[in-house]
Amino acid sequence: MTEEIRTENKIYPTSEFVSGKWNDEINVRDFIQNNYTLYEGDSSFLTGPTEATTKLWQECCDLFKQERENGGVVDMDTSVVSSITSHGAGYIDKNLESIVGLQTDAPLKRSMQPYGGIRMAEGACKSYGYQVAPEISEIFTKYRKTHNQGVFDVYTPEMKAARHSAIITGLPDAYGRGRIIGDYRRVALYGIDRLIEDKKAQFKSLEGEMTPERIQLREEISEQIRALNEMIELGKIYGFDISKPARNAKEAIQWLYFGYLSAVKEQNGAAMSIGRTSTFLDIYIERDLKEGIITESEAQEMIDHFIMKLRLVKFARTPEYNELFSGDPTWVTESIGGVGVDGRPLVTKNSFRYLHTLENLGAAPEPNLTVLWSTNLPYNFKRYCAHISITTSSIQYENDDMMRVTHGDDYAIACCVSSMVVGKEMQFFGARANLAKCLLYAINGGIDERLKEQIGPKYEPITSEYLDFDEVMAKFDNMMEWLAGLYVNTLNVIHYMHDKYCYEKAQMALHDRDVKRYFATGIAGLSVVADSLSAIKYAKVKAIRDENGIVVDYDVEGDFPKYGNNDDRVDQLAVDLVSNFMSKIRKHYTYRNSVPTMSILTITSNVVYGKKTGNTPDGRKMGVPLAPGANPMHGRDTNGAAASLASVAKLPFCDAQDGISNTFSIIPNALGKDEVFVGDFDLNIDLSLDCGCCEGRVDDKMSYMTPLISKVKPQSKDLEVYSKV
Amino acid sequence: MLGYVHSIESCGTVDGPGIRFVVFMQGCPMRCKYCHNPDSWGVNVGQKMSIDEIISRYEGVKEFCKGGITVTGGEPLLQIDFVTELFKVAKQKNIHTAVDTSGVTFNSENHTKIDELMKYTDLVLLDIKHIKDEEHKILTGHSNKNILEFARYLSDIKQPMWVRHVVVPEITYDKSYLFELGKFLKSLKNITALDVLPYHNMAVAKYKNLGLDYPLENIPALTKEQALQARDWIMEGYRFNA
Repeated sequence: MTEEIRTENKIYPTSEFVSGKWNDEINVRDFIQNNYTLYEGDSSFLTGPTEATTKLWQECCDLFKQERENGGVVDMDTSVVSSITSHGAGYIDKNLESIVGLQTDAPLKRSMQPYGGIRMAEGACKSYGYQVAPEISEIFTKYRKTHNQGVFDVYTPEMKAARHSAIITGLPDAYGRGRIIGDYRRVALYGIDRLIEDKKAQFKSLEGEMTPERIQLREEISEQIRALNEMIELGKIYGFDISKPARNAKEAIQWLYFGYLSAVKEQNGAAMSIGRTSTFLDIYIERDLKEGIITESEAQEMIDHFIMKLRLVKFARTPEYNELFSGDPTWVTESIGGVGVDGRPLVTKNSFRYLHTLENLGAAPEPNLTVLWSTNLPYNFKRYCAHISITTSSIQYENDDMMRVTHGDDYAIACCVSSMVVGKEMQFFGARANLAKCLLYAINGGIDERLKEQIGPKYEPITSEYLDFDEVMAKFDNMMEWLAGLYVNTLNVIHYMHDKYCYEKAQMALHDRDVKRYFATGIAGLSVVADSLSAIKYAKVKAIRDENGIVVDYDVEGDFPKYGNNDDRVDQLAVDLVSNFMSKIRKHYTYRNSVPTMSILTITSNVVYGKKTGNTPDGRKMGVPLAPGANPMHGRDTNGAAASLASVAKLPFCDAQDGISNTFSIIPNALGKDEVFVGDFDLNIDLSLDCGCCEGRVDDKMSYMTPLISKVKPQSKDLEVYSKV
Repeated sequence: MLGYVHSIESCGTVDGPGIRFVVFMQGCPMRCKYCHNPDSWGVNVGQKMSIDEIISRYEGVKEFCKGGITVTGGEPLLQIDFVTELFKVAKQKNIHTAVDTSGVTFNSENHTKIDELMKYTDLVLLDIKHIKDEEHKILTGHSNKNILEFARYLSDIKQPMWVRHVVVPEITYDKSYLFELGKFLKSLKNITALDVLPYHNMAVAKYKNLGLDYPLENIPALTKEQALQARDWIMEGYRFNA
């Protein structure tokens, strides 16, 4: 469709949205609940990529190729400090793009973000053969303090030592902590002017007694208002006025994206998730479709182009960072689906369109499309998810039925599993403590088994030849007490400094005044510790010491129950470990009265942690990767996936509320039958009839993926035969 | 009562409908050239397990394994008394039961034990290895006479059954054989599904570990396209005359 035709036609719909509380206060959820259209149909309405989409995506693919051939980056900015308005407009191919905006003035050109730490920015440039402009280095060394410098001004020797030995690891003390989701939908629904007005009212509400907390919040709100004004400027750079609410679907997507773009221009966070946007945007799309302003194909094109933009988000990072995270992830997580607290699924046509981008553009890890799974999702949507999973392996699933209890129905996932109510909750990301190493410290009286240095407190080491379970447990408990305290306090330092020197003003501008803050901690090595304790308890574990009496290896005599087989003897050890460590975390002061949580979710960094952890009493050797997240150790779950998952499912969510991950791969053939399989339909009746091979139920409790006896129509003479099943 | 169990798979997705709790029994009289579980051949070895233990393990994962229990092997009917007891308990608990068997132990003169087992069996997965008796002997070391009789017996008692057929290039990937198999299947009144299993050679490593020669060394895995073709050939035979 050409520009001429567009201008002749109606561009903006005339009908009003259903009003509600959202008109009087900033309340996106209320807008959604009052206006969204549940879609329970199938995927047949979806359209393929338009010519523009195909062409544009090809250009992106060429750029990705160029990036790989270039050794990892296409170009880096070395002289302009990234901010919301730092760069002029950038395009992939202006005439083809229905949604516009890039982090810098050219696609894949990585921006420079030194506020987290100038050395990280320099290192990132250096590793790709670039050099940060000397005056920038000078400014951020001499005149403008960074988050990283702030942290190291305060760290105690013990904190530095724990960081050095990697018993606490991956700390966001040199890079952006991320894991904050701005409510980017607000930009579209309200326009920036209204948001500024609201922030000004918040500012006014904080007068009176000037406590440090109030001073901090007032300063932050001033920063937020500054960011909002910059967002208006960003819109202008691309020729849009986002000070006013979006008037149609295209503007809604564009406005929302400008909100997100502001965040990624301003922060190089470890996870820069986008929230829960599909059903919100569907309201605009649905209205435009109804009024004939756009076609389905145009709606899909806008979504495809929007998703394409998210796929282009990149940051300048160092090789060490990439090693820790196994690549260069941005964690642009989008949460799709879920069910409302009133029981209505939050599935719309746009939920399908988002997933359909994986077909139109091909599979991709980013954005991290995450389906909030509920048993009550519409059948057709479940079916489409299964189809996309089978064809692209690119969907992440999370348990909505469980998270809804805590967070209601307008939360989203940051990073891979961290749930937070959009615009109302945020998280202080805190990496993780290595419990496997902690166990070794308990055995060696705080001496690091690899560095042979006293890192932990000098407690009495274990001196017996064979490890005694009760003795180990008592010492381990003491050592965890120490670790929890050190860990929480290290994080207190980090988050204080991050707020001070690298505040997320764009993202926080799209939050309420009083946000609930989660203080996220994490653990690594759960299954190694559970198996080690099990070995000590149920087999005989002999300690092997070096010439200085440090235990460096273990000899396991006999067999022992292993985590991952649905065996309570060892699974309970894992459960207790999670609850116990969390209770120790809870004992400490947490910055800004944040609510402590814990995660068990090392999806990639378990490899690096394994390298830094010596031999363990379960027989694992030094350097062997720890299992990811809450996974059983590799190869030790011998009773199949369900038993393995049953072990993981015992872990108490209330003590690991920031998420529990289980990384699970399966070859497609092990997932069930494909079309080679012939069900009873084909055997008994004409093939031209609709084959219901994947539907139906045998009884109320069982739904089968394979043939379905109760679906056999009476044409089949052999029907009586099946009544037995 | 104790049974010899080779192993348990708590997330079986290919041995019967739904996600199933699969018990691999130990011991098999057949020596099929393509067998991918040679480690399950030996009798009176493996782990001894009681009915209670199996049921309690199943109950631990029943939220995931909504399909039910499948007993396979090995040849599970070598331990028919144990399987019957297991299924009896399972049916008391309303668990769907399936047995995956070659049928080689069937005796048309005396099948009281099978009659008893079938009372508690919802589904039989019958593996027909080869429709031609001579070829069957070469492939498995046994005649297919008992097996085809078993199929007819199951048809007579209207026992729901899936027929499984491993298709191997150069051995069973043959239009005339498959067509004939289809014709035989048409004569049965109890088939609810046809499960063509494409031969794969992933068991090579297992044979090596056991110090055994791999009998089908030079035969490639059956491709998806060939599997679809094989299915169609069987279906042609099945629809013949119809």
